[in-house]
Amino acid sequence: MSKQYQFKLVLLGESAVGKSSLVLRFVKDQFDDYRESTIGAAFLTQTVTLEDQTSVKFEIWDTAGQERYKSLAPMYYRNANCAVVVYDITQSASLEKARTWIRELQRQADPNIVIALCGNKTDLAARRQVTQEEAKKYAEEEGLMWGETSAKTGEGVNDIFTAIAKKLPLIAPPSARGATRGAAGAPARTGVDLNKQPVAQNEPCNC
Amino acid sequence: MDEDYDVIVLGTGLTECILSGLLSVEGKKVLHMDRNDYYGGDSASLNLTQLYRKFRPDKAPPAELGRDRDYAIDLIPKFIIASGELTKILVHTEVTRYLEFKQIAGSYVYRDGRISKVPSNEMEAVRSPLMGLFEKRRAKKFFEFLQGWKDEDPATHQGLDLDRDTMKTVFEKFGLEPGTQDFIGHAMALYLDDDYITKPARPAYDRIILYTSSMARYGKSPYIYPLYGLGELPQAFARLSAIYGGTYMLDKPIDEIVTDASGKFVGVRSGGETVKAKQVIGDPSYFGAGQAAGGSGKVRVVEEGRVIRAICFLKHPIPGTDDLDSCQIIIPQNQVNRRNDIYIAMVSSTHNVCAKDVYVAIVSTIVETDIPEKEIVPGLQLLGPIYDKFVSVTPIFTPTSDGKSDNIFITRSYDATSHFETVVQDVEDVWKRIMEKDLVLKKRDLEVQE
Ligand SMILES: Nc1nc2c(ncn2[C@@H]2O[C@H](COP(=O)(O)OP(=O)(O)OP(=O)(O)O)[C@@H](O)[C@H]2O)c(=O)[nH]1
Ligand SMILES: [Mg+2]
Repeated sequence: MSKQYQFKLVLLGESAVGKSSLVLRFVKDQFDDYRESTIGAAFLTQTVTLEDQTSVKFEIWDTAGQERYKSLAPMYYRNANCAVVVYDITQSASLEKARTWIRELQRQADPNIVIALCGNKTDLAARRQVTQEEAKKYAEEEGLMWGETSAKTGEGVNDIFTAIAKKLPLIAPPSARGATRGAAGAPARTGVDLNKQPVAQNEPCNC
Repeated sequence: MDEDYDVIVLGTGLTECILSGLLSVEGKKVLHMDRNDYYGGDSASLNLTQLYRKFRPDKAPPAELGRDRDYAIDLIPKFIIASGELTKILVHTEVTRYLEFKQIAGSYVYRDGRISKVPSNEMEAVRSPLMGLFEKRRAKKFFEFLQGWKDEDPATHQGLDLDRDTMKTVFEKFGLEPGTQDFIGHAMALYLDDDYITKPARPAYDRIILYTSSMARYGKSPYIYPLYGLGELPQAFARLSAIYGGTYMLDKPIDEIVTDASGKFVGVRSGGETVKAKQVIGDPSYFGAGQAAGGSGKVRVVEEGRVIRAICFLKHPIPGTDDLDSCQIIIPQNQVNRRNDIYIAMVSSTHNVCAKDVYVAIVSTIVETDIPEKEIVPGLQLLGPIYDKFVSVTPIFTPTSDGKSDNIFITRSYDATSHFETVVQDVEDVWKRIMEKDLVLKKRDLEVQE
């Protein structure tokens, strides 16, 4: 039997660095030059199958624009198993913003969270403001994974998600995680399911 | 901020966030603002730093309480009644995707100096010390009557008319003792005072049925509770709103509600800017909270009463509750010579709201005297040694107008009831005033790819 895992993954980063575009590329292999933020998606899911046939299902949460005016709710990264913190390699200010998010995660999120720093828009390398060395050095100091991507061409996108998928099952035993909603192989949630209809209609009496 | 909106919502309490979410789903362009840098307003759950900042600005939280991030302390003690209206909204909007719920482990009622479990099944009912043997039989008949009632079938009515006869008449028909009446009216119908007894029985009937069907749903108590505290509820509805295009701005001072010469809403001034919208919704704290608001000189909300709430940190479960990780205790007013019941709501680390081995109990009641702290003593006495206590006395505000003439729609403060049914009533009420139609819950299309 191959093993299956499910993890909650959140995206963080300054507005317009390409968070939604990365998700769209990873989940649907699409790109849109003039896309508006996704309307109506609670979260998207995508499964990565590793060489040893382990499959890792990501429940991917996008910010829905709530980060724009510093109004992201803590529930967003609560319980997240992994975070992709995105900056735009053509905007050095976006790396500063990424650092702020990483500090926030280190302070507030689950201590075992896997964080990947992701430099997006490598197709615009001619306008590069953030060098690979600078970002890599920072990532190493903070113990983060690091990679560069282009949501536009697709370069590096699967690589970064696959790298996270490889790291996760090693770090988190499947029984010790939160973001699982009845996926095959994943532990069932311990709480009550509101969507389930009551079994017996009514006990005639409580007394 | 240079755009126009359909609706500006002020305050991110649960009522406002549900409305914001539903309005965004409906296609309205919503701007949602809060003066605080956190979600939830009065219905927030605070971490230790925030809690101390609010109640003890000059003190840091003691290190022995543990990590800040492990705490989510509710400011308003409420549970979700399992078969109630909030559950319906959560399911219909699929906001359940963002939340995880656990049962509240038990419900207790105070009688003659001690607490007893409200029976949750036949077995517990048979053993319960709350009634004698004969009274149990009478009560059984009473409950069979309620469960069997069908509006269209007079044979089930046993000569009673729920819309005309008072609850007193119904109790007397089954010969129930005053103690049993208290138990049913307060621990099951969850009435805060005794006014219901002399009114038509229908609402009490509805409330008892709601209680028993909620109890039957998950088994231990009629209540469920979201992991990480009640503050998750507004956040989840805020995310719903954002996903449907709602714009969120926290940490925004609201300087003025701008109106035109005729008093109609124009926009909201924050910092140097004024954002315009057709309508505004907000909690009472944005509309003068009992004082004449701004230049208009208009009193938009009035005080209806006050609630005292004491958040107590314990290092042990509440004595006499079989070491349960969570519970509700009701002290019916008669038992302590009051007009209003005293409630205790307790949760713990099982619900991810505090560090391990800490228990958070909130004692609350409607204020009746000039010394509210004395009024909750019977509740505090049930808790055993209290490690720390944070007390607040909060006015309950209600709007003076329905908002139709000036497009200013104000919500109500959170009341002293133990659940969210009145919050949903307020949501429905505001919705109807704004949209000029009833709130109908549509199932939304979800874009979840498998
Ligand atoms: N050239 C190039 N453009 C990109 C890339 N990724 C995203 N974009 C563009 O950058 C803009 C912003 O992308 P989004 O994916 O909406 O960014 P976001 O981080 O989700 O932004 P918010 O939702 O506002 O926080 C869009 O116009 C995208 O087309 C990329 O890899 N290369
Ligand atoms: Mg986006």
